[in-house]
Amino acid sequence: MSPTQEAGTIQRVDQHIVEIISDSGEGAQTAGQMFGTVSAQMGNSVWTVEIIPAEVEPPARSTAGASGNRIRLGSFPITNAGNHTDIVLALNEQVLKGREAAGEFKKNAIIILENVWASSKVPGVAKAYTSTVADLRAKGYRVYEVPMEEECLKHTDNPKRGKNMFILGILCRVYSRELAYARKAIAAKFKKKGQPVIDANVKLLEAGFEYAGGHLDFRFDVTPMESTEPQVVMNGNTAIALGVVASGMDVCAMYPITPATSASHYLSEIFDECGGVVHQAEDEIAAAAFAIGASYAGKCAVTITSGPGMALKTELMGLAVMGEVPLVLVNVQRGGPSTGLPTKVEQGDLLAALFGTHGDAPKIIMAPATIEDCFYSIITARKIAETFRTLVIVLSDANLATGQQMFPRPKFKKEWLAPPIDQSPVDPSHPPFDWDEKTGLSQRHIPGQPGGMYALTGLAHDRESHVAYEPGINQQGCRYRSLKLAAFQKTLKTPKVHGDPEGDLLIVGWGSTKGSIEEAVDTMSSKGHKVSSLHLTFLQPMASGIKEIMQKFKQVVTVEINYSDDPNDELIDDDNRRYSNLCLLLRARYLVDVDCWSHVHGQPIKPEEVEQMIERRLGAR
Amino acid sequence: MFGLNTECVLSDPQEYLELEDYAGRVSRWCPGCGDNGILAAVQRLCRDEQLPLEKTVFVSGIGCAARFPHYVSTYGFHGLHGRALPTAQGVKIRRPDLNVFVNMGDGDCCSIGTAHWIHAVRMNFHMVAMLHDNNIYGLTKKQVSPTTPKGWKTNTTPGGAYLNPINPVSATLGITNVSFVAQVVEWIPELLFDVIRRAYHHKGFAFIRILQRCPHFMPTGFQSLLADPNNLMLLRHDNGMKVSDDLARVYKTHEDHDPSDMNNARRLADLEDKVPIGIFYQNESIPCYDEIRRPQKMPIWQQREQLLTKSFDRFGIAQGADA
Ligand SMILES: Cc1ncc(C[n+]2csc(CCOP(=O)(O)OP(=O)(O)O)c2C)c(N)n1
Ligand code: SF4
Repeated sequence: MSPTQEAGTIQRVDQHIVEIISDSGEGAQTAGQMFGTVSAQMGNSVWTVEIIPAEVEPPARSTAGASGNRIRLGSFPITNAGNHTDIVLALNEQVLKGREAAGEFKKNAIIILENVWASSKVPGVAKAYTSTVADLRAKGYRVYEVPMEEECLKHTDNPKRGKNMFILGILCRVYSRELAYARKAIAAKFKKKGQPVIDANVKLLEAGFEYAGGHLDFRFDVTPMESTEPQVVMNGNTAIALGVVASGMDVCAMYPITPATSASHYLSEIFDECGGVVHQAEDEIAAAAFAIGASYAGKCAVTITSGPGMALKTELMGLAVMGEVPLVLVNVQRGGPSTGLPTKVEQGDLLAALFGTHGDAPKIIMAPATIEDCFYSIITARKIAETFRTLVIVLSDANLATGQQMFPRPKFKKEWLAPPIDQSPVDPSHPPFDWDEKTGLSQRHIPGQPGGMYALTGLAHDRESHVAYEPGINQQGCRYRSLKLAAFQKTLKTPKVHGDPEGDLLIVGWGSTKGSIEEAVDTMSSKGHKVSSLHLTFLQPMASGIKEIMQKFKQVVTVEINYSDDPNDELIDDDNRRYSNLCLLLRARYLVDVDCWSHVHGQPIKPEEVEQMIERRLGAR
Repeated sequence: MFGLNTECVLSDPQEYLELEDYAGRVSRWCPGCGDNGILAAVQRLCRDEQLPLEKTVFVSGIGCAARFPHYVSTYGFHGLHGRALPTAQGVKIRRPDLNVFVNMGDGDCCSIGTAHWIHAVRMNFHMVAMLHDNNIYGLTKKQVSPTTPKGWKTNTTPGGAYLNPINPVSATLGITNVSFVAQVVEWIPELLFDVIRRAYHHKGFAFIRILQRCPHFMPTGFQSLLADPNNLMLLRHDNGMKVSDDLARVYKTHEDHDPSDMNNARRLADLEDKVPIGIFYQNESIPCYDEIRRPQKMPIWQQREQLLTKSFDRFGIAQGADA
């Protein structure tokens, strides 16, 4: 029976958000990822977000222990996690409660819930279950209680491990997904475990599919998107890992830290096939030193970390700048300060990247806005680092790191790779810091090059790399290192405004919030508001023309996931208000009265929240 | 070779390099500073082994000792306090063809850089690490160091150092994968040179603690060793170092010690009344990180393209279930 034959009961939607949640270890993440992949294969655009509990093994059936995946699928290019969940599949009612309380679900969302708890002999469990279900129904949710365990037991003796496939089966029926895709996904996932495991999982998938066919009275159809190009789907950290490969870098030094680590996992798996090394150092400081040593000895290396790790690396960041050693530092930002919110999103490290190092340490800072960008930005960063003999910081975040998105399959270009290094003997008239008067640029000598010998130093130095304390020399060195940024800045294009080039409100953003901001801007423009947005890829230096863009709008507001004071707080006034990161930078650089709207809930910013903010500023129309 | 194509280097038949050819800038160490003796021994090694200037890198941290790279005419990296070892490892992973030497002070290695020191021993990169141990912080002007003897007055312990010092030799001998450990004093040039030479020829991470005088801040440091040569104990063995008759006459305390004997090495390292000098331990059978982690293939672009294609296939979205 082909699911599409059940037309009539099918409701057409152009997008939907599905959430699968369970205690950790029950496979909700796997099921979610598979559903995302299958949906993408059937032509939907997808964006998935992992729901991660803070602990590795949180207590079972706990509100904070929700683990799973949230999949937004649509028939247009999906650029962000969206607003509220349409359908929730949950393996117990407790994991549901926390998400519900956080306002994640749509008003009348469908909840498909495992009901084994209703008959639990454990004191309190059955009661908690029934009262929660009653409560949810009272709130208007459409709760479908499904005997998942009972159904799974017909096909396996350990339903704990198979419910996720049963759920996948349900979803395949609800969204009319071809089972063939899901079977393929299962076969790929359990390839290493052997055919019997694959067969058992497929059986559960089919059981879920059948069950939904007989028991659930709703179907949705998310029309496929027209796409002519081949697509890939992956998360941002995988994209970063592949960017490292594509950039031609071959040394990645790191120390594990969430949410950056998984970038090194995929890289570790594949890197030595092409002559690369992932070095897990004893700490972040050593990782940065190792990368700098490797860069000094040849071509640019990369070090990947997250906020606390970048904090430790700051002294070495200064060394890379001072010694003009190319270095790519990827910071997959997480909530801070201190160990903050390890698994949650924040964009709080922009100013730390910019100013965290002591002294004047000019460096280039860029931020990918999409998962596709995560891939390409590493290639760009490597190129810039080597061309300008400098440190390039790539600021990703937890949102991009674990979210999965489709993008056109990149077509490999040889130019992406680092060019072969010139090791010919050095012309004796070229000192190691042969700074060009106008651009500050100079040729780099590397060990192995005859005639180029010098001792690199982090101390103030002259053109010969001789330690020099004369005030004039330090002034010069600082000037040349700074000039390189100006030279680089001249190569940047003015970013394009999303929407009309003038109007009442301009929203400026950076990093992973792009999709949400632009979606909100589109929605509000279609309602007649004169709102546009501008997204910055290069945060330092910034391209020319930004001030002129801002001046064409009556108000400018940054939208960011980092803290800013609420001007409505009693103690807050113009003299003491602390602005969000980018806002502060724009105010300082352009002397424009930029305002900010930000929050640090640890969640991606929803388009709806930006819409509400626009509405507050511009008034309903 | 990893990372770089060295085939394209046009190498002239090298002329014989003299000692002066290894001289860098004029040393700014205080008169009488033991670092000068270490520099002389290292330059002699470079000359005797005819190390190509461009293929030799001295990596250091920060401190008086760490000025070393400026005083040789090879490549050098004068980096951050405590971070010389991981920097040197980075150099070596990309360029196993280079001769890598590391110069650290006692604060550099045994205080701020302790984690790196332990892990450097464990990783066992093929390089020579020299700990210039003057028992004091020189560059920052006489603060207590982890190797300052108990009771010594310094600017941060005016009443006398209150902790027992770290013993870098016994500490190193206790670390997994230890491969070469020696101790020597800077004021016996013949022995100093010999130890450094042996370290240079050792395959693996060679750690040498060199007792180094700092006349400026520790004018009476190592006094008992200088005043009575018998307080030093020469370690000699057919498998270890041979000691010349001249030296044997001056330094009368000797011990036959086979550097493959870890138990005896540890016993010697913990001696309280004598300071043994020579090779404590040597074991070349431990795999070097730069060998076990060195990728076998040349990273040429075709390989990158293939690898990316494979990955994109893996993450690719097949259009159609049978595709
Ligand atoms: C992060 C950091 N902390 C402190 C210093 C200051 N500092 C410079 S050298 C040094 C200690 C020098 O002593 P040692 O390592 O024993 O070398 P020596 O000068 O005696 O050769 C210190 C603390 C520094 N440069 N960097
Ligand atoms: S302070 Fe001591 S260690 Fe430093 S140069 Fe002078 S004598 Fe040598």
